[in-house]
Amino acid sequence: MIAAILVMALGAVVLGAALGYASIRFRVEGDPLVEKIDAILPQTQCGQCGFPGCKPYAEAIAKGEADINCCPPGGEEGIRKLADLLGREYKPLSAEHGVEKPKSVAFIDENICIGCTLCMQACPVDAIVGAAKQMHTIVPKLCTGCELCLEPCPVDCISMVPIGESVDSWKWKYPVIAIRKLA
Amino acid sequence: MLRKLFNFNGGVKPAYHKEASTTQPIADFHAVAPMPAEFVIPLHQSIGGMPHPLVTAGETVKKGQLIGGPDGYVSSAVHASTSGRVKAVEMRLMPHTSGLSALCVVIEPDGRDEWIERAPVPWHSMAPDEVRDAVRDAGLVGLGGAVFPSHLKVNPGRKGKLDTLVINGAECEPFITCDDMQMRERPDAIVRGAAIMRDLTLAGQVLIGIEDNKPEAIAAMQAAVSATGAARIEIVAIPTRYPAGGAKQLIRVLTGIEVPHGKRSTDYGVQCFNTGTIYGIYEALELGQPLISRIVTVAGNVERPRNFEVRFGTPMQDVIAQCGPKPDTDRIIMGGPMMGYAMPSADVPVVKATNCILVGSQALFPPPPPEMPCIRCGECAKACPADLQPFEMYWFARAKIFGKAQEYHLFDCIECGCCAYVCPSRIPLVDYYRFAKSEIWARENEKSAADEARERYEFRMAREEREKQERAAKLAAKAAETKAKQAAAAAAAAAPVDKLALIAAAQERARQQAAAPQNTGNLTPEQQAQVAAAEARRAQALQNEGTD
Repeated sequence: MIAAILVMALGAVVLGAALGYASIRFRVEGDPLVEKIDAILPQTQCGQCGFPGCKPYAEAIAKGEADINCCPPGGEEGIRKLADLLGREYKPLSAEHGVEKPKSVAFIDENICIGCTLCMQACPVDAIVGAAKQMHTIVPKLCTGCELCLEPCPVDCISMVPIGESVDSWKWKYPVIAIRKLA
Repeated sequence: MLRKLFNFNGGVKPAYHKEASTTQPIADFHAVAPMPAEFVIPLHQSIGGMPHPLVTAGETVKKGQLIGGPDGYVSSAVHASTSGRVKAVEMRLMPHTSGLSALCVVIEPDGRDEWIERAPVPWHSMAPDEVRDAVRDAGLVGLGGAVFPSHLKVNPGRKGKLDTLVINGAECEPFITCDDMQMRERPDAIVRGAAIMRDLTLAGQVLIGIEDNKPEAIAAMQAAVSATGAARIEIVAIPTRYPAGGAKQLIRVLTGIEVPHGKRSTDYGVQCFNTGTIYGIYEALELGQPLISRIVTVAGNVERPRNFEVRFGTPMQDVIAQCGPKPDTDRIIMGGPMMGYAMPSADVPVVKATNCILVGSQALFPPPPPEMPCIRCGECAKACPADLQPFEMYWFARAKIFGKAQEYHLFDCIECGCCAYVCPSRIPLVDYYRFAKSEIWARENEKSAADEARERYEFRMAREEREKQERAAKLAAKAAETKAKQAAAAAAAAAPVDKLALIAAAQERARQQAAAPQNTGNLTPEQQAQVAAAEARRAQALQNEGTD
């Protein structure tokens, strides 16, 4: 009887030690779930979700503090992917956070720009080049279309230009199956 | 000696329809037809970066002048097709299925057709890098239809030399005869170009593969090889079977090498060029002429099918008009019936990729019968020359499960159309593959853009954090400094001041200053003599003053 208890206790101690060692030795830095969620988010860093960037929103989702339908740039597809990843139910985009818009980039009207640098300070991805009292311009390739530069501009010289389709970005359409009338 | 040939799996034997356009010799289009009112030359005519325009509206250009500079390493130059005035640099309809526009240089010809100065390129004495630059600046791209920049392929590969240089004169697609006619009429130039390429890539042997349904081309090329006495160049007749002209298929037929997934043919010491490209290499290096025209087959629903040498930027409808399109013409296809693309209009220009302008009608190409469900018969897998499983890729592309489609090596598909050709259910398989490929590309681009944005955002966050810390450190340092100063001042104020000592020290300093001029030490003898003389004069003057 005592021998059995001892054996069980010994087993518990050994396994506990092994688990304790493993939890230190194979410790994962950071939260892999946050990384996975962050990979799905569109990285516009626009803050429409109410968090100061995509990573903080990902962290909030992982902690269960935020819902998965607060990201307008990610759109319906993004919500579906998040629902898949987290095993939650799909829900439509929450209206209070905005609506899904076509992808666009900011454009500075260089005739109006006064070179105040306020937009450069607002840009989360450093996509605006310029200097104080010098004209600013946006590098379209780097712009995520977050619209954060619109608000601070004192002369309203920034507008959002939708990205059109070009020969390079054009996609072949899904083959349409002809419907024919029988008889 | 008969060369042992190999075989590729699959393939089909469609009706070739090649005879009609080979009855007439190649005509210089601009000699038989009036000059077009304008040349619309798209800047983006090759794979890779879009060349940037080097001319502006109103400028005059000469024939062969560089008008589009290559953008980066994977890009190729674009040249003016004739002399004249640049009417505009603007968006024009592209020869592309999408019906979208892209930046084009519009040239209004002046009729003089004046060349720039041309000089042969001394490629013998140039470093390989310089030859590559010359090929890029001549605007050479793969003229078989893929328009991959040729300078990237003028490369002996990792081994430092090629075993076999394959020249592709197979031209397997129905209706197209431009390479056939070029080999019949200009075999010398092609053989010389092949010899240049053999020397540039240090190739052990050159095999020019031609399908055996072109006996005239084979005979002409063989005659040219023996006439020029070019060494290590061999003309090989290969069995006619579509798509024997695919690069990987031709390499397999000629050398038996099967280039596996994710590898390049140069890894196995083989490189492949189209005969048209080789002709362009000859013109660029031996004559100093950039690529401004190509041979174009006009075939299909026309009265007089024929091959023309057409300058880039010529409207397709001008070329078609020379051949007498039949009244029931309803579509224009660029390329052949198997791999060609429908054009949005006949108004689009001829570009480097235009090997054939195929004029279609309901009678010639009847609309495909309705698509039926896939019955998994496996005919497509038997016909696939790339040894893929088309029906699996079809299922996944159709269900939009792109990851799985990629696992079945969707990107090894050459879109030859054999699978759709043999499909008993008439499923437009290639349309599904093109759809899946462009979706995957779009997603990958989106993903890399998001990754870059994340990186830039994180970098900005880190920079702001660093700046904050630096500012805090600076403030702290300044605060410490002021504190130290204040402490020193307080200490000085606290200590009793000995005023008498200060006065004495000041008096001592003043005495020292008054004692002697500082500049009389370390004088040379001459200077001392001069000083002595001056002193003597002064004494004399004083004496004189006294005696007056």
